[in-house]
Amino acid sequence: MKLKTFTGGIHPPDNKQWSSHKAIEDCPLPAEFVVPMAQHIGAPAVASVEVGQSVSKGQEIGAAKGFVSVPVHAPTSGEVVAVESRPHPWGTSLPAVVIKPDGEDSWSTDLQPGDPGSLTVDEIVEKVRLAGVVGMGGAAFPAHVKMSPPPEKKISTLIFNGVECEPYLTADHRMMLEEPERVLQGVALLQYVFGAERVVIGIEANKPDAIALLEKESAGAPVEILPLQVKYPQGAEKQLIAAVTGREVPSGGLPMDISVAVHNISTAAAVADAVLFGRPLIERVCTVTGPAIREPKNLRIRIGTPLSHLVEVCGGVTEDPGKIVLGGPMMGFTQLDFNVPAIRGTSGLLLLRDEDVDRQEEGPCIRCSRCVQACPMHLLPTTIAAYSRRDLLAEASDYCAMDCIECGSCSYVCPATIPLVQAIRYGKAAILAKKRSS
Amino acid sequence: MLAAILSLGCIGLVAAIALGFAAKKFAVEVDPRELAAMEVLPGANCGACGFPGCAGYAKALVAGTIDLNQCPPGGADVVVKLARILGVEASASARQLAVVLCQGDNRRAQVKYQYLGLADCTAAQKIAGGPKACPGGCLGLASCQRACPFDAIEMTDDGLAVISREKCTGCRKCVAVCPRNVICMTPFESEIHVLCNSHDKGAIVRKYCQIGCIGCHICKKTIPDAYKVEDFLATVIYGQDEKAIEAIGKCPTKCIRDFSDGYPEGSKLLPVAADKPHAA
Repeated sequence: MKLKTFTGGIHPPDNKQWSSHKAIEDCPLPAEFVVPMAQHIGAPAVASVEVGQSVSKGQEIGAAKGFVSVPVHAPTSGEVVAVESRPHPWGTSLPAVVIKPDGEDSWSTDLQPGDPGSLTVDEIVEKVRLAGVVGMGGAAFPAHVKMSPPPEKKISTLIFNGVECEPYLTADHRMMLEEPERVLQGVALLQYVFGAERVVIGIEANKPDAIALLEKESAGAPVEILPLQVKYPQGAEKQLIAAVTGREVPSGGLPMDISVAVHNISTAAAVADAVLFGRPLIERVCTVTGPAIREPKNLRIRIGTPLSHLVEVCGGVTEDPGKIVLGGPMMGFTQLDFNVPAIRGTSGLLLLRDEDVDRQEEGPCIRCSRCVQACPMHLLPTTIAAYSRRDLLAEASDYCAMDCIECGSCSYVCPATIPLVQAIRYGKAAILAKKRSS
Repeated sequence: MLAAILSLGCIGLVAAIALGFAAKKFAVEVDPRELAAMEVLPGANCGACGFPGCAGYAKALVAGTIDLNQCPPGGADVVVKLARILGVEASASARQLAVVLCQGDNRRAQVKYQYLGLADCTAAQKIAGGPKACPGGCLGLASCQRACPFDAIEMTDDGLAVISREKCTGCRKCVAVCPRNVICMTPFESEIHVLCNSHDKGAIVRKYCQIGCIGCHICKKTIPDAYKVEDFLATVIYGQDEKAIEAIGKCPTKCIRDFSDGYPEGSKLLPVAADKPHAA
């Protein structure tokens, strides 16, 4: 049978063999945690602790500001040694709380385990918000916002994203293999919250072990495990919806407009932790991999662990890395050095050698239309990019620049190495800025 | 044959009468002063006045809704001419020049990473705050050069924007596009400038730039009247070049430049001829 998928997309080498067979290891505590207050989409949290104060593991150290915001928690017990701006993976220095671990790693006593049977939907959503759960796929959108759709938008299909289409990354894969019960607990909780009729876990067909295991574990439960064709960006929200339901999210709309909600399987596991044990989101699984790291690993890291510590735990680098990427190679953020912490959206740390990095200079567009074929949103990347570069924002907007999901497929296939995504991002930012000012 | 000539002739006659009538009836009266003002204005349509082009400005001038010193490219000359056309008193505003407050080209200032993306400063600035290690330095991707309607900006081989003091008309287009606010409007007469835009502490500036201001206060100590230091960055208090000149030799990083001695190193622009009127 032909596997389901979306139209468009690309087939980059997946390079998951480095770490897909490695069991998740607990990462030892670093000498210092740097916990940024801005780790999610929305308003950053505001530090609620002072220098010199001792904190326990799971204690709130940053308070949420507004609805689209989540609190930030201490990754371990210890002393706050600084509250200041520190280098952040997003490229600038942003406010952070620096914690020196005391080695005890003792949980805060305030945490309330919950009984899922007696909790109402609103109580569950509130617990998720207090635990600071965000989308773990990389974008880090606060989960409680996604879990509270307006009442007129009924969710009939709930999709869980176990696709992990980014090359190199294996964190979600290992999560499904090693902690299927945690994932399925979260799936059941979210199904209860949304009251969805159909629940699907989409997994790319290159993870047959995970598909088989989840099928076995979920036997009897109203959950459908759906193998999907291996293609990038199969794990992007709109592409996953297209593959699973055959429906398209309208331009400028949200999945809830077509009665669908999508959550990552790691987010489901974090929801289970938050609701069943009252545990905040202070750790995640992160794949440290790439040709320039001595020993690729899947690590269970605390949020705020400096990248230099992760590299150390994985045996150091084999050579001076040509590129350091937080996240996957397609949509991750390139870093200047190891002097930044891992945050909630950090699904991987990828170290490439100099020879792996293509630094070809940009050439002229030869109108080959490979980007048009690759675009999973069915846009015309080369046209939008050309308009954006000339600041012709109205035209770029007419060609649906705002629908671009910045997946990088167009830049990947471009034989002239035109920075298409960068140009489109530039145009999108300018269109938004213009909209805001008028 | 005859029928064709007659019918075409008739159609022509009717059309001519209709057009002649319409020209009289629907004539748009243009104030002759507006046309005269258009003649005087530079015609670069640079937009510095706030209108899309010179025609819009001329119209507003005649309507009396705007001051006549709003055309920086025209300068005092145009103000006088406009005043004559409009029959009002002339009040020229002081002429200003745009200056790039940076000398840290790719040889003298460090870069954080190799940038291979769009050749546009605003786009580069969005990626981890731009490739230049200095948060205020010129990125050298020529956004200002492309914005300049008067071809007054030169990009040196090592990636530094330098603005010609002869060609610059003070229209501020470059100031508007620069994402790092490194271009500053200065009085036309002032030729001495501290060419640095970094507010970092001296020790940090030294790490990434050989020619940046380290906020050492030596210029201010030498000539207290002509310099001020704020947030680790010295600036010239304009209008007293004859005093400020004394401190140039004292600056340990050579970031004070007298433009009458020449443009920053690497520029192919020639210094403004000495016989030009000099305020000092």
